[in-house]
Amino acid sequence: MGILSLLLAPWRPHKMLTMFLQNPTLSMQYTLDVKKIWHYLTRYIDSFLLIALLALMAIGLLALYSATNANITRVGNQIINMLIALVIMWLVANIPLQQIKRLALPMYLAGLALLIGVALFGEINNGARRWLNIGVTRIQPSELMKIAIPLMMAWYFDKHEITLRLRDYFGATIILMIPVLLILRQPDLGTAILIAASGFFVLFLAGLSWRIIIGLTVAAAASMPMIWAMLHDYQRQRIMTLWDPTQDPLGSGYHTIQSSIAIGSGGVVGKGWQNGTQAQLDFLPEQSTDFIFAVFSEEFGLIGNTFLLLLYLLVIGRCMFITAHASTQFTRLIAGSITLTFCTYIFVNMGMVSGILPVVGVPLPLISYGGTSMVTMLLGFGILMSIQTHPKLVKT
Amino acid sequence: MKQPVELRNHFTELSKFRTRLLVSGGFVLFLFAILYARFYFLQVVQQEHYLTLAEANRISILPLVPNRGLILDRHGKPLAQNYSAYTLEVVPSRIKDLEATINELATVIEITPIDRQRFKKLLKESKRFKSLPIRSRLTDTEIAAFAVNRYRFPGVEIKARVFRQYPEKEIVSHVVGYISRINDQDLELLERNDELHNYRGSQHIGKIGLEQSYEKQLHGITGFEEVETDAAGRSIRVLSRTPPIPGDNLILSLDLGLQEVAEKAFGERRGALVALDPDNGEVLAFISKPGYDNNLFIGGIDQENWNLLNHSIDRPLNNRALRGVYPPGSTFKPFMALAALELGKRTPEYSMYDPGYFSLPGVERRFRDWKPGGHGRVDLHKSLVVSCDTYYYSLANDLGIDNIHSFVGQFGLGKKTGIDIGGEASGLLPSSVWKMAQHKQKWFAGDTISVSIGQGYNLATPLQLAFATMIIANNGKAYQPRFVKQIQNSQTGDIESIPSKLLYTLNFKSKNLEVVKNALIDVTRPGGTAAKAGANAAYTFAGKTGTSQVIAIKQGERYNEKAINERHRDHAMFIAYAPAEAPKIALAILVENTGTGGSTAAPIARQVFDYYLLGEQPDEAGTALAFYDAGEDRARDHL
Repeated sequence: MGILSLLLAPWRPHKMLTMFLQNPTLSMQYTLDVKKIWHYLTRYIDSFLLIALLALMAIGLLALYSATNANITRVGNQIINMLIALVIMWLVANIPLQQIKRLALPMYLAGLALLIGVALFGEINNGARRWLNIGVTRIQPSELMKIAIPLMMAWYFDKHEITLRLRDYFGATIILMIPVLLILRQPDLGTAILIAASGFFVLFLAGLSWRIIIGLTVAAAASMPMIWAMLHDYQRQRIMTLWDPTQDPLGSGYHTIQSSIAIGSGGVVGKGWQNGTQAQLDFLPEQSTDFIFAVFSEEFGLIGNTFLLLLYLLVIGRCMFITAHASTQFTRLIAGSITLTFCTYIFVNMGMVSGILPVVGVPLPLISYGGTSMVTMLLGFGILMSIQTHPKLVKT
Repeated sequence: MKQPVELRNHFTELSKFRTRLLVSGGFVLFLFAILYARFYFLQVVQQEHYLTLAEANRISILPLVPNRGLILDRHGKPLAQNYSAYTLEVVPSRIKDLEATINELATVIEITPIDRQRFKKLLKESKRFKSLPIRSRLTDTEIAAFAVNRYRFPGVEIKARVFRQYPEKEIVSHVVGYISRINDQDLELLERNDELHNYRGSQHIGKIGLEQSYEKQLHGITGFEEVETDAAGRSIRVLSRTPPIPGDNLILSLDLGLQEVAEKAFGERRGALVALDPDNGEVLAFISKPGYDNNLFIGGIDQENWNLLNHSIDRPLNNRALRGVYPPGSTFKPFMALAALELGKRTPEYSMYDPGYFSLPGVERRFRDWKPGGHGRVDLHKSLVVSCDTYYYSLANDLGIDNIHSFVGQFGLGKKTGIDIGGEASGLLPSSVWKMAQHKQKWFAGDTISVSIGQGYNLATPLQLAFATMIIANNGKAYQPRFVKQIQNSQTGDIESIPSKLLYTLNFKSKNLEVVKNALIDVTRPGGTAAKAGANAAYTFAGKTGTSQVIAIKQGERYNEKAINERHRDHAMFIAYAPAEAPKIALAILVENTGTGGSTAAPIARQVFDYYLLGEQPDEAGTALAFYDAGEDRARDHL
């Protein structure tokens, strides 16, 4: 009984208080049981992953402090964002995957409904319709889809696991393409690409035939001119200036020119923390959000970049390990998709900041300033921890 | 794969999955390798190049800020101009002890406490790497004094900058508005409109008035210069240069001479005047008294002046002509009269006996005329000339509020005119629908009575009244009021005229319009409420006086000007146009807390017309300024 109430206590603070008041002996025992509390807090946490994540977040705060010109308020805000995201990660890690699985379909349908809502009644901002006002607050349903899509597709493949046929892949593609097209229409190219990628990873890991993959790649290359015609002007502009940023040095090419200068001038050892002239003289655009990597790279140089990439690889390696040892089709697919999407974020962001990819609005995971992406990322890692730490039910 | 259904083996499935995972892991490593190669290329192979760009010889793209366009009156007199001056600027990040440096600077060049205050405020708002002005408009002596001492002050420099100046200050402040330093909200707006790149280097942006509404034309297009600079920040050579394109000049329809005459005519009184050209809706004069010195805002206003302006009981920052809403009082009557004729509720011949009050059938309550004992027998003509209230009380009862709303609404009351500066108030022309929506109450017949003499729920801005008067003057043409007549390309000097915008045309029977207009002419002739203001005019002059009440008087009490707090006294109103046969100017005047329209507002109109039509400057003795003892015309709303 004592142990049980101990376990439930943190969920119900008022009960805890009554417990203390009614039974001082128990409360003595309670305070002495630090070990049990520790166990309770950490039993579903993958410590390896957590330490690597915390290291990345610490680097993020360091870079943010420099990028915001020592603005304590913004760093404080980011710390709050991180704490909220960590709590959410902990909560998710504590839920067994069987429970999460049940959420897949409702979450997907809700996300789809919200996206349709955005298309019909969304608020226009910057020429794009991405936000939906639901009375209390404004939400961006595409953010929800980043988690809902892999969940839904993994659930779908899991359901059809025994009798997997070609038409099941087709069904999964439709599940993926409806929301992707809706997001593309908003228009939000960056998010659409990331979500499409997360869905593609599920398809790939579920065993989509190589012949189809290669066939589709060729078809995609052939349809490039058509896609070009469908793109919005500002998207084309961004792609054009990628090839020749000097075309418009004060306009859309400005970002790439300045961030390349920042990275390049950092050299091997960097200019030192808070000494990056590009960052401190305000040459860098959006230096605390999407372009924060340029600040880091200018101040810490190639050595810093190497360290950061290795740290990311450590996280990815651990995630791959968890994925490989996941016990069910559902958990394998969801874990694999989250892992590979995380890699995509890193590649797309660093690629755009260093000038080898077009500028699309993608944050650097765990480093960029902003609460939403922090929560989405850590929610994903919470799922991975849950997969790793809950008892694995081997299928009969 | 050929079988329609294939049962999967869990273990082959798992190994297949792991192969796929391995493949993707390899792909991720490949992508990371690409990134790493890129970093290596940028940071090792090309490091020198980028370092050249960024640090040792920083090549920077320097924005070249375009000169802001001028704002000129219709005769080319400047209302907003630019001048170059030398400023003393400090880069805080290059100075160790800022306080000590400033103290030492003060021994060389005069730095007042106000300068220090302003600088402190700037310092808080800006990045430490930015060059911030501590003194502007240095004299030649001061420049020389600093030049010999320059070696003592690293991080302090003299710079040539272009400044904005408003030579006419308070006279046109409510029209021109002002520019001020770009703040975070402006930045956000610029970013949303995708104009941020054009403001790289700009420090100022239009905040209010024409400076704000024509920001796009005035600002110009920022040019840029690729400059190679040495470690000390001195430029070595210019690599390429795209010159800025200066902003366009605005040529207003406003006549500065007329504006000055009108402003002077108000003396120390508060109020507003809007004069329009009935042929095209151009604004000829636009006064809101008191004005303010808009130059104070350019460099960021200091606390002391801000408090003075913001807390003044006279509210100089309030644009009364554009945003002030007042009951139109008896100036509402000409529109009521025209409604009566056009809707067939009255004929010009019809007359009634005015005992000095009006009662609704079956109701005891009396609506009083401003004249105790009444005006005797009154027809439509006389009702306007002597401003009889009782005539309109009974007319209102026959018309009904919704007829009034839809007919008078055609003159633009209760709607924004769409003038080319922002922040316009829309006033209020009540209707039964409005009252139900706003107050959840039925419309009462008594409400209509008050509305008929321009009181009650009725609210209009001086601009709206001028607009409505213009429509009467030009027989029904609703031109959108506007300040900017032409836009001049400041490089080529080419002038592009902005065509006047006819919003709509109202078709009234010319005989009805004539009845009303003839009565308005007689208002300024002997026997009319503005007879003194119209005396001996060299042109025919049509108008209507009005009194806009600030507080209501209880049933059974009389308005006693002397007994009432000055700020609660009635506002004087006057609408007019001249010459009556072929109007060249139509206006509306409001004078706050000074009593009746005939005695204080109409004389201002006379001076404005004399100047505009005859070129006569009002004589310095100010005979026209004297208060006339005109007819009472104090239409009142009763509690």
